[in-house]
Formats: sequence, C-alpha cells, structure tokens
Amino acid sequence: MQLDLLISKFQQKDENAFETLYNMYSTSMHGVIYNIVRDHNIAEEVMQDVFIKAWHKSESYDATKGRFFTWLLNISRNAAIDKTRSKGFKNNSKNLDAEYFVDILPSQDDLNNSTDAIGVGKFISLLKQKCIEVLELLYFKGYTQKEAAETLEIPIGTVKTRNRNCINELREIVLN
Amino acid sequence: MDIKTYIKSGILELYVAGALSDKENREIYDAMLKYPELLEEVLNIEAAVVKLTAHAAPSNSKHIFTSVKKALSFTDNDTKVTSLLPPTRKTIWFNYTGWAAAVLLAVGLLWTLNKNEALNTKVSTITTDKEFLEIQVKDINSDLADTKKLLNVIRDQNLINITLNGQDVYPEGYAKVYWDKSSETVYLDLAGLPKPPEGKVYQIWSLTLNPLSPTSLGTIDDFNDNANKIFELQNNNASQAFGITLEPAGGSESPTMEQLYTLGVVSDS
Repeated sequence: MQLDLLISKFQQKDENAFETLYNMYSTSMHGVIYNIVRDHNIAEEVMQDVFIKAWHKSESYDATKGRFFTWLLNISRNAAIDKTRSKGFKNNSKNLDAEYFVDILPSQDDLNNSTDAIGVGKFISLLKQKCIEVLELLYFKGYTQKEAAETLEIPIGTVKTRNRNCINELREIVLN
Repeated sequence: MDIKTYIKSGILELYVAGALSDKENREIYDAMLKYPELLEEVLNIEAAVVKLTAHAAPSNSKHIFTSVKKALSFTDNDTKVTSLLPPTRKTIWFNYTGWAAAVLLAVGLLWTLNKNEALNTKVSTITTDKEFLEIQVKDINSDLADTKKLLNVIRDQNLINITLNGQDVYPEGYAKVYWDKSSETVYLDLAGLPKPPEGKVYQIWSLTLNPLSPTSLGTIDDFNDNANKIFELQNNNASQAFGITLEPAGGSESPTMEQLYTLGVVSDS
C-alpha cells in the first residue's frame, strides 16, 4: 500500500493502518528510545507511551512539515529524553553522555528482526568515529545542525557534508 | 534548481533527521512534488536511517503493540474491521443483509419444495383412494345387479325349486337348485355347504333315476371367492334329481358316492 494512503488512513483512526505503520517503524523507535534510556523496561514503557501518543495526536502530523518517520522519531526522542529527566530515572547521566549507539550494537544477542542483523550491526559499528558521532547526534539524539556543530566543535556546513558522506557509507552497508 | 547539487548538499539527510526549520521542510516538500528524484533520494536516506536505528533496538518490539492496543482499548483482531471507517461498516452491513436474505430465500424455497412434494403425495394418495372407492362402487353395483337378477330368477314362476338334503358325509349340509328349463340354466345356492378342503372341489351332477345315470354339470372352482355362494351352470338334461359330491380338483368322470354331500329329487310338475 502507498505510504501516503496508509498514513491518511491512520489519521482517520484506522487500526489496521496503525498496526502496519507500527510494524514498519517500531523497531527503529525502540532502538532510538533504548539508546537514550539504556534500560529495557523503561524503553518498553516509553515505546507504549510514544505509540499511544501518536494515535491520539495522529491528526497533528502534517506531511508538509516533514516525513512521517521523522515525526515519529521526534515524538520518540522527546519522550525518551523527558524520561531521563524525570524524577524516577536512576541511570548515571555521565554514562549516557559518553556512550554512542554503536556501544549497544554488539551486545544485542536477542535481536531477531533479521538474520543478518548482527553482521550488519558489526559493519555499522565499524563506521568511522566521526560518522558515529554525527549520526548519534542528528538521528538518535535529535540535535539541530547548529547544536551538532557546537557539540562537535566543527563548522555548521561541515556537519551537513559530513553527515551526507556518513549516510552514504551507511547506505552502502544497510541497503546493499 | 540544480537537483544534483541540492542532493549533494546534504540537506535531505538533515530533513530526514528532523534537523531543519519548518520553512526548509516546506521547501523540500514542495520540491519533492516537483522532482521525483528528490523523493527517491529521501526514501533511500530514510530507509538507511530506519535500518540504522532498528539495529539499536534491544529486542523485538512486536509484543509492545499488544499493550498499546490494550491501552487504546482496541477491539480484537477479528472484529477490528467492523470498527473502521463508516463506509466499510456500511458495506459489511449490506453484505450481511444480502447473505441473510439469500439464506432466507433458499430456506423458503426448500420449504416450498418440501410442502409441494407433500401435497403431491397427498393428491396421489387421494387419487388412489378415489379409484379404489370407484372400484368398490362398481363392484357393489355389479353385486346389486347380480342380486336383482337372482331375485328375478327366484321369483320366476317357471323356475323349478329343488332342495338337496344333507347326506351321510355331512348330514347338516344342504343346497338349493333353481332350474330354469326354458333357459336351460340351473342356479345353485351352496351356502349350506362347508368350504371344500384344499385340492378338492364340489362337482354337480344331473341324475336320471331309472336307470340311475349321472351326468356332470361341472365343478364349482370358485367356491371360496364367491361371497353369496350362488353359482350358475348350464343344464340341458332331463334331470330327475341333482347331487353334489366332493371330488379331486378338476372333477371326476363319475361321482364318488362316498363323498355325496347333498341329494335332491325333482318333484313332478
């Protein structure tokens, strides 16, 4: 089915469309959320909240403002970050800052969404450190171009081109 | 717009990341509608990022949807379809109604067929009954005609009436003979004789007395089938007496005198 149609049905509260979209994107959201909260139970809790929120706020998605995936990504990142700032959250914030998404890739022994998952994960973790940093900030953490430039202490334009090159490398790994 | 330069700038990667302003997002959206290769590039970037982030997932996330559904109090999978868009619901309602109507029609037709068959059977039964009754009426009419004829015979003045009395073999037996000389016919009333045993028949004899010589008038083969036990035989003899003997089926050449049941003499007239 066409993604646009699927999304518009989801916005009309079509439960089947919602489930299809969930199956398409939930693992990605789970990865992003888990990378931020670094706790299995909390990650699942945030996942639930994210998709319940997505259902209730489905009409707020506007295709002219960005991709549906990006919309969902924003909700997930914000929900996960909110969680880390909540009172009950016990993880050491120092650790969270220091670790990148690649640190959780090799440890995932129960991932079963595809047979070559571990193999591809290994290649992803072999990306240059410069790429790991920029992908982490832009996709996993939701930094703006400016925020990323400041954090990485590089010019704004460099963030753009470096990210472009890193995504090209990633595409080589995951899409071929 | 130089599409290739635009793609190479890396803005589309930032677009997928959600790192651009609303204004920039809108520009890219409009450009994608215009240039399909931009959309294509965005889809590829998005696919790569979907895979990248998915690899960071600690476990399968399918089961989480169950609790999401529960929290949103979705209906079960089976009935989910009915709670969707109103047009869908309408279609299904129409479908059900259609099927229900079809089933009702089929049941109705079957019922009618059954009813029709039952009625046909009834009609056929009644027809048979009617035919049977007609046969009975015919038989009764025929019997009535026979009886009337018999009555006329008995009342006939020219008729000679002979009573045959029971003999040694069967003393309580008797028979009556009505002899119409003009039509050379004898009518035998054998109601006073017992049913002949299996393989035996009554044989009727015309006798002349001096010298005693018997002439067979015939055997009564349908004794059991005749309800009023009146039998009709031809007799052109100058009979002086009549006798009835019990003989083997088919009759005998001469009467077996040991089996003489009744005997009667014609009175002079």
